Amino acid sequence: MNGVLLETRELDKRYGGLHVTRKVSLQLHAGDRLALIGPNGAGKTTLVNQISGTVAPSSGSVWLAGVDVTQRSQAQRVRAGLVRTFQITTLAPHLPVQRQVELALFEREGLTGRAWRSIDGYPELGAEAQALLRHLGLGAHAGWPTERLAYGEQRLVEMALALALRPKVLLLDEPMAGVPQGEGARLLAALDALPGDLAVLIIEHDMDLVFRLARRIVVLAEGAVIADGTPDAIRNDPIVRGAYLGH
Amino acid sequence: MSAATQAARMAPPWRLPLIVLALGLAAWLLLPEQLGLLTRIAVTALFVLSLDLVVGIAGLATLGQAALFGVGAYAAGIFALRLNPDPLMGLAVGTGAGAMLALASGAFLLRYHGFTFLMLTVAVAQIVASLAQKARDWTGGDDGLTGFSMGPLLGRFSFDLEGQTAALYALAVLALGLYIARRVVDSPFGLAVRGIHENRARMAALGTPVIPRLLAMYTLAGALAGTAGALSAQTNAIVGLDSLSFALSAEALVMLVLGGAGRLHGALIGAVVFTLLHHTAASINPYHWLFIIGVALMGVVLMPPQKAWDWLRTRLGAKA
Amino acid sequence: MQLLANVLIDGLAYGMVLFIIAVGLSVTLGLMRFVNLAHGAFAMIGGYAAALLTREAQWSFWVAVPAALALTAAIGALLEALVLRHLYRRSELEQVLFTIGLAFFLIALTNALAGPQVQLIVLPPLLAQPVDLGFRTLPAQRLLVIGAGLLVAAAAAWTVTRTRFGVWLRAAVDHPDTAATLGIPIRTVQCASFAAGAGLAGLGGVLGAELMPLEPYYALKYLVLVLVVVAVGGMGSLPGSLLAAVVLGTVETASKYLASEWGNLFFFLAMAVLLAWRPNGLLKR
Repeated sequence: MNGVLLETRELDKRYGGLHVTRKVSLQLHAGDRLALIGPNGAGKTTLVNQISGTVAPSSGSVWLAGVDVTQRSQAQRVRAGLVRTFQITTLAPHLPVQRQVELALFEREGLTGRAWRSIDGYPELGAEAQALLRHLGLGAHAGWPTERLAYGEQRLVEMALALALRPKVLLLDEPMAGVPQGEGARLLAALDALPGDLAVLIIEHDMDLVFRLARRIVVLAEGAVIADGTPDAIRNDPIVRGAYLGH
Repeated sequence: MSAATQAARMAPPWRLPLIVLALGLAAWLLLPEQLGLLTRIAVTALFVLSLDLVVGIAGLATLGQAALFGVGAYAAGIFALRLNPDPLMGLAVGTGAGAMLALASGAFLLRYHGFTFLMLTVAVAQIVASLAQKARDWTGGDDGLTGFSMGPLLGRFSFDLEGQTAALYALAVLALGLYIARRVVDSPFGLAVRGIHENRARMAALGTPVIPRLLAMYTLAGALAGTAGALSAQTNAIVGLDSLSFALSAEALVMLVLGGAGRLHGALIGAVVFTLLHHTAASINPYHWLFIIGVALMGVVLMPPQKAWDWLRTRLGAKA
Repeated sequence: MQLLANVLIDGLAYGMVLFIIAVGLSVTLGLMRFVNLAHGAFAMIGGYAAALLTREAQWSFWVAVPAALALTAAIGALLEALVLRHLYRRSELEQVLFTIGLAFFLIALTNALAGPQVQLIVLPPLLAQPVDLGFRTLPAQRLLVIGAGLLVAAAAAWTVTRTRFGVWLRAAVDHPDTAATLGIPIRTVQCASFAAGAGLAGLGGVLGAELMPLEPYYALKYLVLVLVVVAVGGMGSLPGSLLAAVVLGTVETASKYLASEWGNLFFFLAMAVLLAWRPNGLLKR
């Protein structure tokens, strides 16, 4: 195995006359920290949607650990180890935080088809959920419905759910989006502490975060990749500067 | 704000059924003239419980649950009339009929959402009702299905004219149905369905097979509705087209909402209160009844019972 | 062939009535995303007003009907402004339940005010006569209904495409968030559309009084049919509603004439098939 965990091959998407993704080919290896940046409307989230399976591409393919998953549903891709978070927090508002993490664990273990034993009857998973939440600093609020948490903490729960699934590839869609100034520290710490062998693709606008986390940067403009390289190379690339300044 | 380092534990699943059995038995002993009413309440409660699984737990607004009830009723009635008057076998047949219709229609219906889904549930129910009306040879058509009487329960307890056996039978089936519902809702499957209700996108992102989970819950609800229908057929010895009617679906929805959807006990409360009110108001002009229900519904939406309880509690807490 | 012609004409008339009533519901669903199950009550109120004005107050049909429509529209506007607008943000189920409760309430109120008997509208002698079109003779009433339906469709199309209000309406439906920032008076658009829809429902109630008798339960009895038309036609799509209403009206009429023992099976079967085929509406993909 050459260690390519995620690959897109000539991924292309049109909405009627709108060409939103232009033959994008990317590769992600274990341990990668790839930042996907670009001006607004470049098609970053659409690209991630096609990778995660939320949206079907017009042409091209998505490969996970050497397997073509283009025809597979989002749920199937998740079970194969491809997990994403959302730019706008997507949580079940009334479920207690702990229960939501437990749900991720039940899903991971293939237990959501079990309809007889109570959810309290799986103490190991309950303990794992609590440990994960404590690790992210959310232990004090494990019993609260997620809608009662501060927005920054909700973003942390999104991260917790993604991590609970033990992904091989993690797609983070603007994890810091909408997080108020004072609430970002724990989220940043969590991002720093992501497992070493995890392949991470992160969409972000916050350049400080990008240069802090990323070991490789891909720049997307009008649906096409215009640059792909190390942070230093990208910083000095005139084409990239043109793309940003031009808008 | 209080910290909560753990999610609240689930209540034991036998608690609610035991409470219901105890209350039911008390009523059975203390009100021997009202056994018919008690039976009707038990049957209705089971029906509304089945609706709670679909509406309250799975979050699927439906106006076609009566189809599942009616199919169970007719299946049990036809079985008793033509094959075997044993009540428990008939109960199984009715349950199976409800489950099968739910499985078949659900596989089609669950591909749609929101208003389209709602309207399609109405369509399915109306189609079933029309078919039942047409198939006079089997269902009795407009005149209803009659002429069957139940054999003794468990071979020993015959259905007496006072309704003693019927009431205990209905209560026992209700308690059992409640126990099953409670266990399922508090299981990982139940939690997943509740997650789907609150945020489908989130559950898909966790890898949940959304449609199969919803279909399983819909089928279970159909089974319970069919059970309620079978009970109704057996304890009344008659099945009418009204058991498939849009009005019945709408009534059940009203009962569920008034009692509080999503917690199972709300279904019971709604069924009991509504049936008792309707029973006492039966002699009054039916239009006055609509007036009361109309105002109650509008009131419940503008001031949901949960908020009202919270408001009440804070008022009382402040005084103390 | 005489039977076929009858089915088509009666079906077309029936469809037109359903369309006229459905316009308001479709716009409300498409514009405010508000499920109003009390919409049938507007048809009832319009019909009742016309009946009482022509019978009790002895007004001429041609004066009573516009008055009845104006009254219904006014009631609709009041209801929208005072009560219903607060429910726009609530869940679908809450809207369904509130408006069902409202419908129950209005049914009881109607009975309290006017009694449970069927209300008859006094038609002018002009409408009772047959009209000879050359190739066929039609009852004048049918002609009026079909004509009214076409007029409503044309007026709606003209309003939506040629007037400033129409521009506002389309902007508010297609781009609700930006519409407000562009200075479009959203509340006015919502209230006016709702009132117009209510008034039109009232017209439908008047025109359809022969097929759908006016009595207190009217508010809910025919609601399902109107909901079906809106669902099949697509929320907010008036051309879709017109097509759906005519198709389903003809299916229902044909079924009544040719296969009445089957009840409304074919109506709902047609509805389920059409809706499953085009879940977003007949004319939308």
